[in-house]
Amino acid sequence: MNSTATSPVPETTQPLLALRGLEKRFSLCGDFLEQLQFKGGKLVRHQEHVHAINGVDLEIQRGEALCVVGESGCGKSTVARTVMGLITPTAGEIHYAGQRIDDLSTRQLLPYRRRMQMIFQNPYASLNPRMTIQQTLEEPIRLHHPDWTAQQVKDKVGEVMQSVGIDPDWGARYGHEFSGGQRQRIAIARALAVDPEFIVADEPISALDVSIQAQVLNLLMEAQQRHNLTYLFITHDLAVVEHFGTRVAVMYLGRVCEVAPTATLFARPRHPYTQALMSAIPRLEDDRPQHIRLEGEVPTPVHLPSGCVFHGRCPHAKARCREEVPALIETDDGGQVACHAVEEGRIG
Amino acid sequence: MSLLDVNHLDVRFALRGGDVRALRDVCFSLDRGERLGIVGESGAGKSVAAFSLLNLIAKPGYIAGGSICFDGQELIGLSDRKLRKVRGHRMSMIFQDPMMTLNPVLTIGEQMVECLKAHRRISTREARSISLNKLQQVQIPSPEARLDQYPHELSGGMRQRVIIAIALLLDPDVIIADEPTTALDVTIQAEIMALLLELCEKHNVGLILITHDLGVVSQVTQRMLVMYAGRVIEQGPTREIINDPQHPYTQGLINALPQMATPGSRLNQIPGSMPSLSNLPSGCAFHPRCAFVERADGSRRQACHDQVPEFVTSGNCQAACHMVAEMIESERIPAEEQDR
Repeated sequence: MNSTATSPVPETTQPLLALRGLEKRFSLCGDFLEQLQFKGGKLVRHQEHVHAINGVDLEIQRGEALCVVGESGCGKSTVARTVMGLITPTAGEIHYAGQRIDDLSTRQLLPYRRRMQMIFQNPYASLNPRMTIQQTLEEPIRLHHPDWTAQQVKDKVGEVMQSVGIDPDWGARYGHEFSGGQRQRIAIARALAVDPEFIVADEPISALDVSIQAQVLNLLMEAQQRHNLTYLFITHDLAVVEHFGTRVAVMYLGRVCEVAPTATLFARPRHPYTQALMSAIPRLEDDRPQHIRLEGEVPTPVHLPSGCVFHGRCPHAKARCREEVPALIETDDGGQVACHAVEEGRIG
Repeated sequence: MSLLDVNHLDVRFALRGGDVRALRDVCFSLDRGERLGIVGESGAGKSVAAFSLLNLIAKPGYIAGGSICFDGQELIGLSDRKLRKVRGHRMSMIFQDPMMTLNPVLTIGEQMVECLKAHRRISTREARSISLNKLQQVQIPSPEARLDQYPHELSGGMRQRVIIAIALLLDPDVIIADEPTTALDVTIQAEIMALLLELCEKHNVGLILITHDLGVVSQVTQRMLVMYAGRVIEQGPTREIINDPQHPYTQGLINALPQMATPGSRLNQIPGSMPSLSNLPSGCAFHPRCAFVERADGSRRQACHDQVPEFVTSGNCQAACHMVAEMIESERIPAEEQDR
């Protein structure tokens, strides 16, 4: 990593990406005029929000693969999209290699967009159906390297296609002529085409079949080694996390409830939600640990519970959990957990 | 005799370019109270197999041959009126997406009463009390209130519980569940599967579970079928197949799971992808992706290229593979010579 030699802070202490108190609310009531309502003869402004993420702090070090897991609606995709600048955060800061990027203009953001790329979930939707594969792959290269000659661009496209196992002669074909696995390879090639250092992958394999999932995961791991990539990997599949991730962040209702190195988290989950989540994975083995049943369902992110967002379903909840929001605290085995019960030593 | 016997089932879709054979020569059976898993990737024909049991194949699909024998009665060729006595009554179905299966303009109670009254001559009051009882069985909180709610007022997990309650309404002998938990989160999935398992055991209901998730199959079912390109390629007791798969495709499928490799190492992938049903390779449909088309000594096993493999029995399992057949053969000959 020669490029960091000029960086004012030594590389070891500076995370590649840091999220500080990130929040994102989506309005449910439309524009200002749509929010106005008559109530009791008065004109009142009625506002309701989905609290997609509220107060996420995360750091990603160079070279690691941080996996964000959680159930649908926990805000993991919103985190990915906010990091990429596809949606602007309501509050909080995003720092990339020491530079704050969430308040930059589109023009100022352009060099960062080359360094960070995204792979989306559904390869059937993420490739433009009216562009050939060649055009799809050339577009980001032309945008970020306007000074390159046509031959340079073409060579680069051929190189990335080869590296993901797609025959470069297929460049004239359209996306619909490829299978799901091949399309996802092309989407990965598009992300790699501009030589990024950081890739956000939002459920890149969940739309694929089991035998194809292995192919794409292998490809992502190869790319990581070859290009020295850092991943932010969003998924709901814990088996994939165990295999792929170096660290895991577990999210629940827009908050991070536990962050830990993968091996530590799987050996000893600390947060009650993580424990329940882990016990729910269907395993191939016969000797299955007892599934921890959670009471009720995930509350809506419109009216967030007070205190710890998990208290309504937590078997260890006490009065303090209903009132006070738990902060992430360091654990003795290198992780962080946001739980009063763990802090007080009530649970392991 | 088994409760359900499927023999040489052949389902085709009449398309412009000619018939596409979605199922070829599918045979399996289900005993009373037995739980059977059907596993395969998308396009393998597992859903078509389930749909054809209830003759739910829509045009241009049609059942071209074979037999489906349920409790001594042949279902293929049965009139719609007679089939209706079986469909939804003695065999019921749970579909994949709980958001799509319930009628959005009827309350839960209306849908349940409608289903009961279509099959039994009972009063609405009786039907409601049976519905209430079934909702209690699927452990829905405040079931009385749910009867008068609309589907959109319930969460995905709750809706799938309602659908299970509807599937159980007429005390069926068999429930066919087509990816019942794919649309749900893991924690909800675990609860729904536990519930389904408990109800099937308690009422001695047979279950045909269609899924691509080997973890779910191994937790829930007693026997399983593995399908590839419209054929059953391996069948047997679930535990034995998971622990010691015979067919190279089943081996590949299980070995490709991330939990089968050491974290961070390369996963064992199956090269290529499932062939299109309209353009199947000759011989064994899996041979272009198979690592065993050549023998260990490097010689070519011609049969893989030009002969469709028959089932061979290995232990309690059956696999349709020339390699397995050869292995069994080579073990058998020395054993016979010893006997002499």
